[in-house]
Amino acid sequence: MPPANAPHTDPIVALRGVGKTFPSGTVALAGLDLDVREGEFLSLLGPSGCGKSTALRIIAGLTEPTQGVVDWTAEAKTKNENRLGFVFQEPTLMPWANVSNNVLLPLKLKGVAAEQASKRVAAALDRVGLQKFGTAYPRELSGGMRMRVSIARALVTEPELLLMDEPFAALDEITRFKLNNDLLQVWQALRTTVVFVTHSVFESVYLSSRIVVMAARPGRVFTELVIDAPYPRDQTFRTSADYAALCRRTSDALGQAMAAGDGQ
Amino acid sequence: MVRLAHIQPYVLPAPSIILQTFIADKALLTQSLLVTLITTLEGFLLAAIGGVGLAVLFNLSRLVEYSFYPFAVILQVTPIVAVAPLLLIYLPQPLAVLACAWIVAFFPVLANTTLGLNSIDRNLADLFALYGASRGQVLWNLKLPSALPYILGGLRIAGGLSLIGAVVAEIAAGSAGAGSGLAYRIVESGYRLNIPRMFAALELLSIAGIVIFYALAFVNHIALRRWHESALEAGS
Repeated sequence: MPPANAPHTDPIVALRGVGKTFPSGTVALAGLDLDVREGEFLSLLGPSGCGKSTALRIIAGLTEPTQGVVDWTAEAKTKNENRLGFVFQEPTLMPWANVSNNVLLPLKLKGVAAEQASKRVAAALDRVGLQKFGTAYPRELSGGMRMRVSIARALVTEPELLLMDEPFAALDEITRFKLNNDLLQVWQALRTTVVFVTHSVFESVYLSSRIVVMAARPGRVFTELVIDAPYPRDQTFRTSADYAALCRRTSDALGQAMAAGDGQ
Repeated sequence: MVRLAHIQPYVLPAPSIILQTFIADKALLTQSLLVTLITTLEGFLLAAIGGVGLAVLFNLSRLVEYSFYPFAVILQVTPIVAVAPLLLIYLPQPLAVLACAWIVAFFPVLANTTLGLNSIDRNLADLFALYGASRGQVLWNLKLPSALPYILGGLRIAGGLSLIGAVVAEIAAGSAGAGSGLAYRIVESGYRLNIPRMFAALELLSIAGIVIFYALAFVNHIALRRWHESALEAGS
């Protein structure tokens, strides 16, 4: 497994000159060039309206770009089935199904045999600490727990690429910090690649190995920062001087990106 | 009270007289009740299957939807009271009554199911697309469960309406001199000025309606109690 921020690693997926104009005329993205490297934890950081969610959806194949290409490496193309997991800002669970059946869904849709599937569901729930809640219904869970179910579901197919669209934005700070740590643990255990969309400087610095700062109107890459603090990271990192310095640099970059965006 | 006001039994019978009528005529009334109930049930089941089935078809094919929806609307807006005599001419009497029960119950099921099928969570739909779900998988695993509360709502309306449809048709048949259901008994009793029997039959009809309502409410409760806001107890 190459180191997380080795610049010579081939990307799993590359966006080349990607643009997206919606039928209403809004130009969400223009000329976006983005590499997602294997094994990294990449954050897309930017203000509202900079197209970061749109970019994520384009990677996921949920939206088609109006210009440019989404280039998957040859290897990624052949391993089609397990390629992607997606976590939305809302937990997006099926309210009529219990936790186990919710996590089971991707496997069910792919036609995985029942016995194998239930083992993988149990493992996924274990990984997010919800092994005792398999028969509970989403309604009975707290917001943080629902989000963990959503993450378990995204992970149950053991995806190469985990896409997360501001998943913790709707949660309180304590839960958010806890889930940040849980996510990092899972990432390290699974050696998967994560693309994480956020508008929080602090969250992006804490979690990522690399941050791409985006500017708005039109959405595009503004600059890139490498966060070379070692993993595993915990509360001591959060309160360290390194973290503060990195946050300041990132915050400055974000400020410049926002100024650049407004100028257009 | 009836006795107190000295109302004549042929205007408003006392409950005691109605009770006597129940007992005396119970064979006839029970048999009529059964006829009406069976017709109502058949009409309701056909409306349920037809309504849900058609809504699913409409959801899967725009072409089918635009072609057939106008007919469904016409069926709904034409007053059943006006249609019943016509149907009684074209069809054998039991079938005509069934057709009336079906017509009034069918559209609410169709309309509510359609609403439900179109009210799925956008993000869930994206999730299914992400995992490459087929249309059949989306229908079975996402659209129908999402639509269930709406379907059950439509069925609760349809239950009461099937009874009304059956009653309307029977009354129309009764005026033509044929029939055997409970509503027909009402008409027949009216002609023979057997007012207590009229009331007895009417009360049986009301009870039938109430039983249907509660039966469907029970089904609703069982199906939704673990997860839908409408079926959960307050404060849970």
